[in-house]
Amino acid sequence: MSGEISTPLERSPSRTTAVERPLRPRLGQWVRAAVVYGLLLVLSAFILLPIGWMVTAALKPDTAIIFTFPPEFFPTEFFNWSTFSDAFFDEDEPYARYVANTTFLILVNMTFAVISNSLIAYAFARLQFRGRDRLFAVVIATMLLPAPILLIPQFLLFFQIGWYNTYLPLTIPTLAGNAFFIFLLRQYMRTIPRELDEAARIDGAGHWTIYRRVILPLTAPALTVVAVFTFLGVWNDFFGPLLYLADGDLYTVPVALATQVSRVGTEWNKLMAANLIAIVPPLVIYFVAQKQLIGGIASVGLKG
Amino acid sequence: MTASPRRRLRLQGDERAALAFLSPWLIGLVAFLLIPLVWGIYISLTDEQIVKVGEFVGIANYEEILTDDALFRQALGVTLRWIVLTTPLFMITGLALALLLNQRLPGMFVFRTILFVPSVLSGVAVAVLWVVLLNGDLGAVNQILRSVGIADPPSWLRDPDWALPAVAVMGLWGIGGSAIIWLAGLQNIPPHLYEAAAIDGAGEWGKFRAITIPLLSATMFFVLINLLVDALLIFAPVFIASGGTQTGGPNNSLLFLMYYIYRKALIEGDLAYGAALAWILTVIGAVIVWLAFRFERRVYYQAGSDG
Repeated sequence: MSGEISTPLERSPSRTTAVERPLRPRLGQWVRAAVVYGLLLVLSAFILLPIGWMVTAALKPDTAIIFTFPPEFFPTEFFNWSTFSDAFFDEDEPYARYVANTTFLILVNMTFAVISNSLIAYAFARLQFRGRDRLFAVVIATMLLPAPILLIPQFLLFFQIGWYNTYLPLTIPTLAGNAFFIFLLRQYMRTIPRELDEAARIDGAGHWTIYRRVILPLTAPALTVVAVFTFLGVWNDFFGPLLYLADGDLYTVPVALATQVSRVGTEWNKLMAANLIAIVPPLVIYFVAQKQLIGGIASVGLKG
Repeated sequence: MTASPRRRLRLQGDERAALAFLSPWLIGLVAFLLIPLVWGIYISLTDEQIVKVGEFVGIANYEEILTDDALFRQALGVTLRWIVLTTPLFMITGLALALLLNQRLPGMFVFRTILFVPSVLSGVAVAVLWVVLLNGDLGAVNQILRSVGIADPPSWLRDPDWALPAVAVMGLWGIGGSAIIWLAGLQNIPPHLYEAAAIDGAGEWGKFRAITIPLLSATMFFVLINLLVDALLIFAPVFIASGGTQTGGPNNSLLFLMYYIYRKALIEGDLAYGAALAWILTVIGAVIVWLAFRFERRVYYQAGSDG
């Protein structure tokens, strides 16, 4: 994606045109570049300074002043890394536990999402059956259904079948697939040459084998997009865990953070350390899988 | 008589496999979507509470919401004010940022990476960070404002008049997210159009008006719909900003519709009322999206006749 979006600096005019063109446009280009860079630097500071402040605050010991004047955006004086271990192994709010809980949910949901969405997409991409296009329209229509109207009946449903205060409401629905993922995977599978299916069929393979041995491996790039979005979605999900988890031992990182920030007398350095714990995994995923993420988002924008 | 429907139901060819492959989706569709959808309508017509099974009360909940609920009017007002305040702001800043990032200069990749960072972070983490930065007495924002001569800066999330703008600041911090979508739209514009316009003697502004804006109309519509949907669903910043008091900000100045549903249904336990609110929110959403569609058609045709 990086190569596609940013293009290299335009080549300076060749000698023949340089004679015709006075120096002015080139000066204009320099001014323009300076303005663009200047604005982007200011905007980058707007993004990065708050993060810098957070890191600085998290690295302060309990005795240091958090809200200094002027504000400190870079850690210079204190490097008290134990704030993080304190947050991880705090007696009342052990973030190690919340991270483990959230990681468990991510692994389960990633597995569920990859398996079920690819199965569903395979049917829409490769199988011939009556009502296929109508059913696919239903898939797309579910994307338009607003979440709030399902919120309360779903809550009641899960409550009444005894799923409240368990991870079941946060994992089992993933098996039903996600309209956006189904759409994405179906589009991707349709680009895989049908000759490959035919060859496997001649060798005696049924649909299950074609799905597992031919389509699934070739869909890996799109499945990575599904995995990345599932990771971010589950790690950052707040509403679901807030609704269904009552027991503090089951909390995920965002719910724990929300509880911590609302408590009177919060220790700010610990809160900022906890916040960084919440921020670092998505950042790592972002830097590792930037191509999939941006590509996925951009494709939504183009096709949506 | 019975033969023909039976024949229609008999599975042919791939249909047995299709049923197997689609079964997770079909079961989910019924269990997690269709049943809750219908049940939700029914609940909204009862007086169901978390602690008590409801009885049918007809449209009493809807009646109360629309005629006798000051908090609903407050929530509707907050949500609409947010839409009016932030939609143009987010659209313009997002596009402006995309235009900057679309310049053919080296190093744009680095800026794009930085500016997109807030969009991958959890809404809770972003809200926690900004609640601290926007702290009225001690926060970094007000310290900077004081040092540039604003002696008495607002206390942001504690001030009924400034709470909404404070949440808008959090939104601006994540503007890179929509800039990426704008950028994808910009890069889809064939470069030869600009070259042709340049030969015709068009200036920068002329090219922007005659080529960029019309060809971005689909992107513009997509970003607009996203912003409107986000406005109807905004939750985490309010939850964090009201600091566990579960009030919806000072004087309910942050009582967005979604938060009001949460508060009614799950804090006060009035599930039926919450379900009715959710349907009203949905109707409001549908009307707003419908208006956006009409607006889009106008922009699209105007743009079409221009270029």
